[in-house]
Amino acid sequence: MALLPLVYLLVRTAEAGAGRIAEELFTGRVAVLTARTVALAAVVTAACVVLGVGTAFLVGRTDLPGRRLFAVLGALPLAVPTYIAAFTWVSTLDGFTGFWASAVVLSLCSYPYVYLPVVAALDRADAAQEDVARSLGHNPWRTFRSVTLPQLRPAVAGGALLVALYVLSDFGAVALLRTDTFTAAIFTAFDLGFDRTGALVLATVLVALTTVLLVGEGATRRRDARYAAVGAGARRPHTRLRLGPARLPAALLLAVVAALALGVPALNLARRLAAGVSRPGSLPEIAAAAGNSLTVSAAGAALTLLLALPIGLLVARAPGPLAAGAEGLSYLSHALPGVVIGLSLVFFGVNVAYPLYQTRWLLTLAYAVLFLPLAVAAVSAAVAQAPPVLEDVARSLGRSPARVLATVTVPLTVPGIAAGAALVFLTCMKELPATLLLRPTGMDTLATELWTHTGVAAYAAAAPYAALLVALSAIPTWFLAARTGALASQEGTR
Amino acid sequence: MTALDVTAAGKAYGPVAALAGAHLSVPEGALVAVLGPSGCGKTTLLRCVAGLERLDAGEIRVAGALVAGPRVHLPAHRRRVALVPQEGALFPHLSVADNVGYGLDRAARRSGRVDEVLALVGLADHHRRMPHQLSGGQQQRVALARALAPRPPLILLDEPFSALDAGLRAELRQDVRAALRADGATAVLVTHDQGEALSLADHVVVMRGGTVVQDGAPADVYAAPADPWVARFVGDAMLLAGTVTGGRARTAAGEAPVVGAGAAGDPGAVTVLVRPEQLRLTPAGDTAPGGITGRVLRHDFHGHDSVTVVGLDDGTRVLSRRLNDGARDEPGTAVTLRIEGPVRAWAADAAR
Repeated sequence: MALLPLVYLLVRTAEAGAGRIAEELFTGRVAVLTARTVALAAVVTAACVVLGVGTAFLVGRTDLPGRRLFAVLGALPLAVPTYIAAFTWVSTLDGFTGFWASAVVLSLCSYPYVYLPVVAALDRADAAQEDVARSLGHNPWRTFRSVTLPQLRPAVAGGALLVALYVLSDFGAVALLRTDTFTAAIFTAFDLGFDRTGALVLATVLVALTTVLLVGEGATRRRDARYAAVGAGARRPHTRLRLGPARLPAALLLAVVAALALGVPALNLARRLAAGVSRPGSLPEIAAAAGNSLTVSAAGAALTLLLALPIGLLVARAPGPLAAGAEGLSYLSHALPGVVIGLSLVFFGVNVAYPLYQTRWLLTLAYAVLFLPLAVAAVSAAVAQAPPVLEDVARSLGRSPARVLATVTVPLTVPGIAAGAALVFLTCMKELPATLLLRPTGMDTLATELWTHTGVAAYAAAAPYAALLVALSAIPTWFLAARTGALASQEGTR
Repeated sequence: MTALDVTAAGKAYGPVAALAGAHLSVPEGALVAVLGPSGCGKTTLLRCVAGLERLDAGEIRVAGALVAGPRVHLPAHRRRVALVPQEGALFPHLSVADNVGYGLDRAARRSGRVDEVLALVGLADHHRRMPHQLSGGQQQRVALARALAPRPPLILLDEPFSALDAGLRAELRQDVRAALRADGATAVLVTHDQGEALSLADHVVVMRGGTVVQDGAPADVYAAPADPWVARFVGDAMLLAGTVTGGRARTAAGEAPVVGAGAAGDPGAVTVLVRPEQLRLTPAGDTAPGGITGRVLRHDFHGHDSVTVVGLDDGTRVLSRRLNDGARDEPGTAVTLRIEGPVRAWAADAAR
């Protein structure tokens, strides 16, 4: 079901004929696009690894002043959708466009993808192993390099690949900052010329690129098992490294990163918000957009969850490769660019399901396809909260399977499933490219209004939408940070 | 009447037979320990009795009623067999009182049965607590109270003490036994810990390779194991090569009368079981007949008792255990040793 649009995309591309494909594919423009997209992904990934690992180490393993605050600040950039960050930067600094502008904005927005798993891995890493290394005469730095860092490698690799996938699929920021990458080019080809074959071929190349990354991701994850802790035993807190005279400069460095990632968007929005809200006729427009966003996202979340429930249950309860792949599913959601899904559903709607075309239903379907992996991951994680042994016990106490479901399984799983639904709902609200491609003519959501206003440099008019969207995205970010333990672990250790 | 009867139970997972014709009979009011190494089928047996696994062959009767057999499989919730799993598995979203009351209907919940069983396990004032506020031992007590509450004809305890530390374990074991007794409950305890099985149960069933190899009172299983493997599994054992003539076994460590099956056997090569506490040491120079001389190799002090390792002239090493009397056998000292009491013997080719 999730693959339907992709299959359709491939079929339609193939129909265009080999000659036409080659004609579209082997052009200077495609080569330039590929080079630029790959370069952007590489630069942003490298920057995120440096920022993410550095922040995680300073927060998790040193006596950095204010590290609890920095622990939270490190996760927060996820709450700023990249197109909003791009909007605030371009409206603050005139002429802040091009490759490096995109690189800066995307790095500042996506380094939490590295920071969060690494800070969790630092927390999980066996303190006893480090104590042993120290007792065998290794200094703290050598211990970190030889014992801790190898344990972090899977987390770093996983985070870096997420960033790379994210850069490949990002549309809003690169389009606003006028950096021509695949997603922007696909949208332009479709939006301006209705250049069907061109858009399809470009989309196929993009899918190929993400597939390459996904395969790489799978390869690194298979090696993870080696780093698992051997044996049980109580967890002890880690020894923190004393920074000495470097304490203040280190804190200052993190403060600058936070200021760039969060301060610029916050200040800019605050400055323009008043002007945006007081613009004549803005309030009804905002209300209409918010209403549209809410209804479409609610429908999207409901459909997604409906499809995800049986799959999630199956994944969580069926042992074997299915369950092992459950975690991988959350990566998959980052691997299907919204532009591609949107585009393939446009063609699907026009040619196969015409009654759906130009209705909210097709948009709802797009959300379901895009965020199904996210919801499946949430459902299976929630079901794992109710281990089968609890059901065994309940049955041994004479309760029928239906009673067991109602009194044990459901109470334990519903909170997790509800959180998953909220996450999907809020992610739908933020979604830009598929919404732009599939919304019925005349229907505007918060995200599309922001896009329209920014496109014509009406920054003040765009600000209220941006502010609303940031407020909404902060909620799932908080969930994510709480679940990865970035917040909790810092409270436990001193 | 028996609370549980398992007859010729068979269960295979693919080509692996987890149960191969196991028999088990549990009298009402008894505490029976099923003892065996990991992989012997004891957990499979327990899950089949609980109704969580389907039996391939044989039958199971709970309080006389057939619950599993050819074409019969009563689902778990209709068997009235309560389970206490390894880690307690309390319902994390329910308070202690709600956990204990889970298997009770509304009337029974109001009847004070919850208080009664909580008092039995020594947690009378913990009603409102949530499971995560309890220690590991307390969680196990609540899990037992929850199983006791509906007065099931049978309670299954699946290694309930293995996750606890040693001091807590000993205390909890005795409390669990007392609570089961006080409530008149019948229970089957599955464990791989021989000390736990011997000290706790009225009756011990030793399993190996999916079948029951021995079944008896703890003292009998220890004193008269069915074969050398059981002898070693239920306690420290020296298995010495020897010969039997006229009801007496002759080994490198001395002579002793043979009792049980081995006594009447052919005079020939046998394997003789000597427990370390049967071997007495006296200072060298003891000239009473039957003494064997050896030299102390090591003395291991354990607090309440001590074990002396003695090397015999032919190179055999034997162990002697005695309650700690303050004496020390210095390594190198010459000693005389003697086997006290009767021993068991098996034909040598049966030894493993």
